[in-house]
Amino acid sequence: MKLLEVTNLTTYYKLREGDVRACENISLALGRGEALGLVGESASGKTTAALSLVKLLPDNASVKSGSIKLDGREIAGAPEEELRRIRWKEISIIFQGAMNALNPVRSVGEQIVEALKIHEQVTEKEAWRQTRALFEKVEIDPKRVKEYPHEFSGGMRQRVMIAMAVACNPKVVIGDEPTTALDVMVQAQVLQLLEQLRREREMGLILITHDLSVVGETCDQVAVMYAGKIVESGPTETVFGKPAHPYTRALIAAFPDIEGKRSLAVSIPGNPPNLLYPPTGCRFHERCAYAAKVCREEEPLMLHLAEKHISACHILNGRVKH
Amino acid sequence: MKNLAAIDAGPESLLMIKDLEVHFAARAGLLTALFSKAPAVVRAVDGISLTMAQGEILCLAGESGSGKTTAGKAVLRLVEPTGGEVYFAGEDVRSFRQARLRAFRQQAQIIFQDPYESLNPRQTVFAAVAEPLEVNGICRSLAEKEERVAEALQDAGLSNPRELFIRYPHELSGGQRQRLAIASALVLKPRFIVADEPVSMLDLSIRAGILKLMVDLREAKTISYLFITHDLSLAWQVSDRIAVMYLGKVVELGSADQVIKTPLHPYTRALVSVIPVPRRRDAREKTLLKGETPDPVNIPSGCRFQPRCPRVQPRCRTEVPPYIEIERGRYAACHYVG
Amino acid sequence: MSSLAWRKDGLVLFKKNMASFWGIYRRNSMGLIGLAILLLFALMALVGPHLVTYTSAVEGVEKMLLPPGGRHWLGTDDLGKDVFAGMIIGSQVSLLVGAAATAISMFIGTVIGLASGYYGKTVDTLLMRFTDVFLVIPWLPLMLVMAALLGPSLGNIIFVIGITSWAGTARIIRAQTLSVKERPYVERARAIGSGDTHIMTHHILPNVFPLIFANTVLVAAVAILSETTLSFLGMGDPTRVSWGMMLHFAFEMGAVSHGAWWWLLPPGICVVLVVLGFTFMGYALDEVLNPKLRRRDR
Repeated sequence: MKLLEVTNLTTYYKLREGDVRACENISLALGRGEALGLVGESASGKTTAALSLVKLLPDNASVKSGSIKLDGREIAGAPEEELRRIRWKEISIIFQGAMNALNPVRSVGEQIVEALKIHEQVTEKEAWRQTRALFEKVEIDPKRVKEYPHEFSGGMRQRVMIAMAVACNPKVVIGDEPTTALDVMVQAQVLQLLEQLRREREMGLILITHDLSVVGETCDQVAVMYAGKIVESGPTETVFGKPAHPYTRALIAAFPDIEGKRSLAVSIPGNPPNLLYPPTGCRFHERCAYAAKVCREEEPLMLHLAEKHISACHILNGRVKH
Repeated sequence: MKNLAAIDAGPESLLMIKDLEVHFAARAGLLTALFSKAPAVVRAVDGISLTMAQGEILCLAGESGSGKTTAGKAVLRLVEPTGGEVYFAGEDVRSFRQARLRAFRQQAQIIFQDPYESLNPRQTVFAAVAEPLEVNGICRSLAEKEERVAEALQDAGLSNPRELFIRYPHELSGGQRQRLAIASALVLKPRFIVADEPVSMLDLSIRAGILKLMVDLREAKTISYLFITHDLSLAWQVSDRIAVMYLGKVVELGSADQVIKTPLHPYTRALVSVIPVPRRRDAREKTLLKGETPDPVNIPSGCRFQPRCPRVQPRCRTEVPPYIEIERGRYAACHYVG
Repeated sequence: MSSLAWRKDGLVLFKKNMASFWGIYRRNSMGLIGLAILLLFALMALVGPHLVTYTSAVEGVEKMLLPPGGRHWLGTDDLGKDVFAGMIIGSQVSLLVGAAATAISMFIGTVIGLASGYYGKTVDTLLMRFTDVFLVIPWLPLMLVMAALLGPSLGNIIFVIGITSWAGTARIIRAQTLSVKERPYVERARAIGSGDTHIMTHHILPNVFPLIFANTVLVAAVAILSETTLSFLGMGDPTRVSWGMMLHFAFEMGAVSHGAWWWLLPPGICVVLVVLGFTFMGYALDEVLNPKLRRRDR
């Protein structure tokens, strides 16, 4: 049994003009201690998909359908009260802007202690002891527990966020662009920390990012999203080594590879579509170099290519010439 | 320690920076301000020397706190240098006043990091691009101005420029906005542009397009760039030479391939080792440095990198390593290099 | 593109801006009520005086202090003048004073706030201490003293109200200027060679003004109240009819003891309505122009 199994998750945002089909038929599977990278450009629906798991969505969003099984237990239609128990204790989230996610007028220690007291029913003293231990774990001097968020650097704040996220030993941690605003060296440090925690605690990690390289460094599995849909997913080596979907290939080509020859990376022409009015057929056809008539008319089916490697493109079933 | 080799500018050099310094008074708390004698000084840029040839792309790379952005702005005097010299096309930039400074700024432009913040939200595309012309009293007639604005937008890769004239920045995509920012720098026909992290706020998929545009403009209009970035892989792609900064100083300088493929300074080596590659990588040796760049108020003694250096020796703690030419065109500041 | 086409573009742009503004504004019911009230009074001030006459009765005492009804919808005052006509004509003075005093107040407040915030340092300290003086002096006695010294004319009333009500505006403008001047687009403006005046007028003011536009409207409400107060206290221009003046005479001539409620209520209600109209509109504009306050209506 998988730790987390998501099937056909669909979430829409309601706007005055109509529904934004932010994520449609998303299926993911995550094993214990596994790391899954969810990759896509901004507005590809990757964050929506992840936040839908624990229903941390804006008021105008609604999860239309889909099943979410955590350890075999269906949590998709769970009442708010149960979800509140699940968040943090079973599925926790590390947000992108650590400064916004932390309360500026309370010390970082207090904020972790508070969460621990609510979710773990421990005494104040025990909570502080655990908080100090957590700080040590994320390599911050435990003496700094009484300091306020603004006294920490960006990297340190992200470590605090990680400490908070793993405080209750969750089964799954979702990192929403956890290293995006950080310097390379700090990014490497934070990723290494996440990796280490994941291995020690056997947590499942879902890493949401627009940066393929972050996935390459840390994830076992990768799912590439475009315009609200998964276009390809599989083991990281396979997807990077033998990308099947033109979008995945374009993303990889857009990435500078310092081990290769010096040249400018290649961009993907155009912009992601407006999901109020998603394109017909394959959602990528407007930006795809190989797009043919069938791509505009018919939505490609998800094909099974190899062990765990799937992708949806008309090229793969031979209907469009490569 | 001055090193003349580092600044021997040929006659073709466009920009020459010598021992450039930018020090600020630190904003201390009330108590510190009352009780300490000497006010704390932030040594944001602490003596850097560089030369740039006409048409060159030189990259200032470094993490936050390295002083790279301050250095770039100091060259344009958007931040006043507190020491050192800056020569642009042989002229002393620090001596420019009023009209001369304005004339200099027509030739030396800047592109900012955040295309959302560097454009006035209440200016239309036309107003934003025409403004540099108006401020500098360049175009007489409206028709001429429209021509120049359309041309600049076109050069920045925005097709159908006239249709964009009465759009507002918020109606454009991130990539289009950055192109608009580039157009408003191009409209003055500059020879030199400081590009301060021009793509770091953009999605990876559109970055490449902006970078290509900038490199193409170098060819087409002989524009030189001082390209500021924290991303070494980006620096490697676009620039001819890379200068790696750490805590207000250049620690290594060389051609893009030299710096990335065979880094000399331990700091550069560590930075290069953590550059992500788009594939699964376990075996590859990564050098993770401990901690973060220290505060430029308290600069460590000796070599400023020594507290984090994986190869530190006793000598490093006391003696400042000279910034010397290791081989032709390659400079580094480390006791144990060369 | 010819300049003619460009002018057409300008019109398109203006229409676009107005349409997007109206699109948001019209969903604000408070703002719509305020706007309707003010439009009504504006119409009253512009057209009304041509339709009514407001003169002393020549027919004699039988016309004095008539209750509402018949030819005099709102009755007459002690001189036999029609209260309804007075109310209509009085709207002119109130709105004029409101608009003109607000203009003066906004001008002073903007110049001082902008200079203070933009230049900072000594300029800021001096200007802000000066502003503080105007903030703390009790404005009513000051207005009374000034009005008494300068003499009761409409111009003086406008001047007095304008000069005493800019301090709050200056404070708000300064605060906004401080935040806007740190924006990268201001730095960019400097990088293209813009001077201070250009930066202030082209970059800071356009971005500060929407945030304080609502404040302007509120200042207008205060200015109208001040005019009413001054006139009521007898400092108004005796040659012009205003609501304050009507209230003044009604009070002086003992409208209350005569039970002539029709003489007191109409001008009083008008003042309340106009002030309410401005206030409603002020809050609505604040919500429309200040995105942080904009409620998400989904």
